[in-house]
Amino acid sequence: MNRIKAFITDFGWPRIIIALFLLGLFISAPIVGVKLGPSFTDVFNRFGQNAIMVLALVPMVQAGCGLNFGLPLGILAGLLGSTLAMQLGFVGAPGFIVAILITIPFGLLFGLGYGKLLNKVKGEEMTIAMYVGFSAVMLFSILWLVLPYTKADLVMGYAGEGLRRSISLEKYWAKLLNDFLAVRIGDFVFPTGLMLFVGLCVLFIFVFMRTRTGTALTAVGSNPDYARASGVSVERMRTVSTVVSTVLGGVGILVYQQSFGFVQVYDAPLYMAFPAVSALLIGGASVTKASMVNVVIGTFLFQGMLTMTPSVINSVLKTDMSEVIRIIVSNGMIIYALTRKTKVTK
Amino acid sequence: MPNETPLLSLEGISKDFYGNVVLEDVTFSVGRGQIVGLVGENGAGKTTLMRILFGMPVIAETGGFKGTVSLDGKPVAFKSPFDALDAGIGMVHQEFSLIPGFTTTENITLNRETMKSNLACDIFGSRMSVLDRAAMRKRASVAIERLGVKLDPDMLVSEMPVGHKQFTEIAREIDRANVKLLVLDEPTAVLTESEAEVLLASLRTLASQGISIIFISHRLHEIVKVADRIVVLRDGKAVKDVPTAGTTVHDIAKWMVGRDVQASVTELSTCKENTFLSVEHLWVDMPGETVRDVSFEVREGEIFGIGGLAGQGKLGIANGIMGLFPGGGKVTVDGKDIPLNDPHGVLNSHMASVSEDRRGVGLLLDETLEWNIAFTAMQAKGEYLTPVLGGLFKLRDEKAMKKLAEQYVKQLEIKCTGTKQRAMELSGGNQQKICLAKAFALNPRLLFVSEPTRGIDVGAKAIVLETLRTYNREFGMTIVMISSELEELRSICHRIAIVDEGKIAGILAPTADIAEFGLLMSGEPDDKNGDAA
Ligand SMILES: Nc1ncnc2c1ncn2[C@@H]1O[C@H](COP(=O)(O)OP(=O)(O)OP(=O)(O)O)[C@@H](O)[C@H]1O
Ligand SMILES: [Mg+2]
Repeated sequence: MNRIKAFITDFGWPRIIIALFLLGLFISAPIVGVKLGPSFTDVFNRFGQNAIMVLALVPMVQAGCGLNFGLPLGILAGLLGSTLAMQLGFVGAPGFIVAILITIPFGLLFGLGYGKLLNKVKGEEMTIAMYVGFSAVMLFSILWLVLPYTKADLVMGYAGEGLRRSISLEKYWAKLLNDFLAVRIGDFVFPTGLMLFVGLCVLFIFVFMRTRTGTALTAVGSNPDYARASGVSVERMRTVSTVVSTVLGGVGILVYQQSFGFVQVYDAPLYMAFPAVSALLIGGASVTKASMVNVVIGTFLFQGMLTMTPSVINSVLKTDMSEVIRIIVSNGMIIYALTRKTKVTK
Repeated sequence: MPNETPLLSLEGISKDFYGNVVLEDVTFSVGRGQIVGLVGENGAGKTTLMRILFGMPVIAETGGFKGTVSLDGKPVAFKSPFDALDAGIGMVHQEFSLIPGFTTTENITLNRETMKSNLACDIFGSRMSVLDRAAMRKRASVAIERLGVKLDPDMLVSEMPVGHKQFTEIAREIDRANVKLLVLDEPTAVLTESEAEVLLASLRTLASQGISIIFISHRLHEIVKVADRIVVLRDGKAVKDVPTAGTTVHDIAKWMVGRDVQASVTELSTCKENTFLSVEHLWVDMPGETVRDVSFEVREGEIFGIGGLAGQGKLGIANGIMGLFPGGGKVTVDGKDIPLNDPHGVLNSHMASVSEDRRGVGLLLDETLEWNIAFTAMQAKGEYLTPVLGGLFKLRDEKAMKKLAEQYVKQLEIKCTGTKQRAMELSGGNQQKICLAKAFALNPRLLFVSEPTRGIDVGAKAIVLETLRTYNREFGMTIVMISSELEELRSICHRIAIVDEGKIAGILAPTADIAEFGLLMSGEPDDKNGDAA
């Protein structure tokens, strides 16, 4: 009994409830006539599609900068990467690689500025991050209209200028990773390439957090004064964390786009930070500590729920409840985590 | 006091943290106006016992406790510290619980502010009343005066020296109108002896006014001096409960550790003649510990002591040289200039320091002991990293870190459940030892230690001082030791400088008369021995 109790406190009630809920959905799916194969395929696709953006939050949490509500900044870098690569006429795997190569310098640049700004507002990072995200997205909404994009399938048909709301990747690199080495078992398709890419990114952060810099970063989040007394530049480490987070956010959206099949510009980036944050929190992270395990479990539970609820609940209730459940869970999770651990620095 | 119900009685108190038994069937009582001295080794369970008494949430969160606490003969079960406060128990915690951005006055009267009603109150009720700052200031001054100390009621806590913070905490507790029992967890640890004297005197005054006091200290002579009764905890059990009369410091020490303790006296090493550290016209802007103009020289292999009253700047010297607070002047070590305001550069010059502020600066409370001990060496010197993929990049060497931590746990007798335990869960004294281990792990040639024995028990103190001596003797480590305890400085140092008002008032030999030290500290330098060294 004691061991069960200890396990529960260790694992946390929210995670257990959501895991049980998800399990229930999987069990009831065949009963209400939802096929399991395609459902699992969906879950894996959406897991891979979102995991990197969740992962992108980790460095900043560890460095004491809180949950990166400014993730849209990284996403904008990714949008620049994919649209510019398309404009330049790259397609297929080279296109995707060029998109990443363009995203990285933009991510570095944005991350640097963002980091500098956050260093001026210690203790209020999350609020400011939110504003940064909003303002950047709005600024870019104007830029998408005025930047000289010319390619026909990028710009709005009738005007001949300004990007479309959503740009199809069909002729470029849609499903590039998902289809790479994909394994088909009956009606279940395992997106091998996508999973490998996600695995690579997770490994990258895992290793990064174990380097001298990664260790310093964690210590800065734990106790900045201690870190400083150990000869670590607190400001520098915080900036490093925002840069890594921003670049990774950019790469994350590229992976998302290729799986989703579309590039969404204008206000779309605004809606990316919240799901990522709730996934991380569901995974058991707090505002001050997050691990790879949190990322993987959290993304799987959160995306699993998002995929399964519509199909199962809808076929039971015959009404669309999924959106309501999604909003309640994701925002509820954020509130829960914030009330429990509100302190960001120290 | 026969036949009278004691104010407080603890019966059969037991407590474990996830199976690690910390208190076992502890029973004792405190009479009205009585001062009970509670002593025990680091990790004996003193703080835990007081947390239980005060209804601290950590206790309930970690599974509650067994036994009963009775106040005035009636069993009580405090759900939170607020209940305890309402019942008339005041507590000064081992670690500070002040609000840094508030002034002395605001902290003392926190939550019990004197209010002034105004027109809006008549309309909207008492929530519209405003703070009566003048009255609050007066109350704070009264409380401060009762303690017999000098504190600036308008100073921000964040700018105070530690000693002042301690007095502010105590003043806050005695400002309460209904306080019947005052619990002081190592209140004197951060004070100099003379300040401690003042505090002990005010405790006696409070006791004579009928307030009961539980007083925890590792300075046993204070216990003997102030307590009416002494309760000794050893490994979570109350092994002795005796009246103070007829008890000696030696007896207490023996009961605490369960065997006879012999103060080991080692010969001081002989230091070389060459100057190793030279400090010229150092100034440091450390709030509450300003250093104005300090010059001194330390020889290679010397243990150099720096003493002085709290707030005079002795702590600022080490913090300034280590680059933790802005400063200026000229510092050379082994003939090389040391960059100021550059913590990294300093650590790279074979220097290390142990901060006086162990929870603020000294520890990563949320991380393991391994991290705490190895981190500085890793960052400053690139140690405890192992190359992977043929040296492409380097990763933390967890194995080496564990080994290092285990070595110090053994050497310094750190009481913990393992090197993976988080620093937060250690008792105060054991945390102090972690801070020392961290500095030793850098293998410095010059070590600054500020208040190295603060909050550690007699046995551990001997270990720490002996370790310092050993490092000094065996490895020729030059040590600058800053301490509020003059006796400690005199027992280990080759020479002792006394700091007053941000300047060196004089440097004396440890054998010098205690009155001479007193004279220097009191800020009335006797010109003749001012520059003795
Ligand atoms: N929150 C906690 N979780 C786990 N163990 C704890 C916790 N708090 C205290 N302990 C353990 O309980 C024991 C007693 O600690 P306590 O702080 O009561 O000692 P103490 O007598 O006050 O020592 P010191 O003189 O060093 O302050 C220690 O071994 C400590 O590691
Ligand atoms: Mg204690």
